[in-house]
Amino acid sequence: MKFKLTFWRVVFIVIMGLGLYSSFIRYFRGLGAVSNMTDQFPWGLWIGFDCLCGVMLAAGGFCMVGAVYLFNVESLHSVVRPAVLTAFLGYILFIVGLLFDLGRPWYIWHQLIYMNPHSVMFEVGMCVMTYTTVLFFEFLPNVFERFHMTTPIKWIKKIYPVLIVLGILLSTLHQSSLGSLYLIMPSKLHPFWYSPALPFFFFASAVAVGLAMTIFESTQSAKAFGRHLELPVLVTLGGALLVALWVNALLRFEDYFRRGMLGQIFKPSYEAYFLWLELTLTFVIPITMLSFKKVRLSPQGLYLASVCTVLGFITNRLNIALIGFETYVGHHYVPKWTEFSITLMIIAMGFALFGLAVKYLPIFPAERHPAKQRLRTETAPVVATPVLGHAGD
Amino acid sequence: MSKALLYDATMCIGCKQCEAGCAQQNKLRYDDTVAAESVQSAHKYTVVLTKDDKFMRRLCMHCEKPACASVCPVGAFHKTKEGPVVYDVWKCIGCRYCMVACAFAQPKYEWQSLNPRVRKCIMCPDRIAAGKQTACAEICPTGATKFGERDDLIKEAQDRIRQNPSTYLPRIYGLHEVGGTSVLILSSVNVEEYGYPASAKIGDTPMPEYTGQVMERIPDFIPVWTLVLGGIYWVSHRREEVAAAEAEEKNGSER
Repeated sequence: MKFKLTFWRVVFIVIMGLGLYSSFIRYFRGLGAVSNMTDQFPWGLWIGFDCLCGVMLAAGGFCMVGAVYLFNVESLHSVVRPAVLTAFLGYILFIVGLLFDLGRPWYIWHQLIYMNPHSVMFEVGMCVMTYTTVLFFEFLPNVFERFHMTTPIKWIKKIYPVLIVLGILLSTLHQSSLGSLYLIMPSKLHPFWYSPALPFFFFASAVAVGLAMTIFESTQSAKAFGRHLELPVLVTLGGALLVALWVNALLRFEDYFRRGMLGQIFKPSYEAYFLWLELTLTFVIPITMLSFKKVRLSPQGLYLASVCTVLGFITNRLNIALIGFETYVGHHYVPKWTEFSITLMIIAMGFALFGLAVKYLPIFPAERHPAKQRLRTETAPVVATPVLGHAGD
Repeated sequence: MSKALLYDATMCIGCKQCEAGCAQQNKLRYDDTVAAESVQSAHKYTVVLTKDDKFMRRLCMHCEKPACASVCPVGAFHKTKEGPVVYDVWKCIGCRYCMVACAFAQPKYEWQSLNPRVRKCIMCPDRIAAGKQTACAEICPTGATKFGERDDLIKEAQDRIRQNPSTYLPRIYGLHEVGGTSVLILSSVNVEEYGYPASAKIGDTPMPEYTGQVMERIPDFIPVWTLVLGGIYWVSHRREEVAAAEAEEKNGSER
């Protein structure tokens, strides 16, 4: 096998090289040397992006598992495996990110022995730990199938209902609890983003992003791995995304209305600019786009709307984690290049691992039987996903 | 009965003896450079600020219901019954949630260290346990920082305000803020001018209650949500089973 140097491979190597350099600085010079975090800004880009956004971007896993196995939406069967894979990788990378951000990562296991049940962080930690295990088991059939091991697949099938219910329960808990983390800072976080409803916003936005990410990922995979794009799947997801966005928008509106903030959010200010950017990307553009049937039926339209949604909610989380604190602190926080480089390295690792998994594991089993894939929608979903199709029975 | 510190800014002469005493007690470097620093940091737990010939001390407030203790995932902070909020470094994983959660922004971090610790005033718990007063109170030449029982100090502060209403603002900062703190402040100017958070902004609600309201619902939420999810699963798959059985029956009769 010959290694060909393509453009993206060069980009990947450069990112990894810089990331390794930054990792060296992180572990041999300390957090102060690698980041622009200070006593005034103890949480920076890594909490804002790697943790808050990372967990949100991995929400596709529980959304698709919920849709297909809980609500029996058969037509979405083909996206469950890639969604679960993305979620599994996402959570592993979230933990990797945490190992960079924690001051004493070698004591991360203290969570298990010095428990503080009053702490939201403790709850998030336990949920993430357990949910990553659940995702591991949901992902495992891919490996077993690859090596034609039927017995362990049967075992996993037996516990699959438990995995599904547990996975969604844990996701509900920690997706919302990421928002609860900020409930204790009413005097610090800007009122545009501080709200008693934060846990609800975080959960609702995770569902919307889960749907948008699945559209994004399916389209990207189709391009990257030369797969046939399943439009009916995207159309279903696009419809669900529109509903999810409306729910999010109404929740936010209701919150601003109840807290009497509606007048203030339209007054120009530093925070208002970021809020406008966020609201435009999360609600105005994608809701407008998806309201047209033409867009909802076109792969490009759905792709653009979902990319916009994802960017919008990333802005939302960064606003909460970084911008919302700047007025309180009294100065700006701009991440150091080494912080960006570690974040980029983690993202690059995610893409690379996804590519490897798709290459060596039956993540898109339909790919090998393009004829059967079209049949699938009319007959049984079992053909495309032999294991997971039965898994819930 | 818990111990507390009463800091009377009108009695403070800005000698910074408390800074020096604190540094000595906590084995921290203290020289002219450190003395000139007007911010708290991992190597300076308390600071005397100067503004228009008036002084103000800053230190950990030792909340009655501390946010740091409630948010720490590994319980590295706790409020002792004597009053101090102390830190167990061996538990700490370095998530820095305490720093973000503290309304008074007191916990500081050893950013340059490879095994960093959270640093803040811990109100000399060893000295208190030994029946002594804190290092800063002991060294204070004017009695501006006074150590004693919280209830007694509150009474004394109220007396001082009553006797000299023209000197003091009629309030004790820390009496009700975030549910009360073990550091009480009397002054002739608003403490907010020295970087203390405004009383109106932080309120009288103990900080842990903001997250507690959500956290206490979780034990109920888990079984209810599990039942709901399990129920949906059962219903949607039951329907499938019935459909499959019916289809089979149909096939059978056709044959």
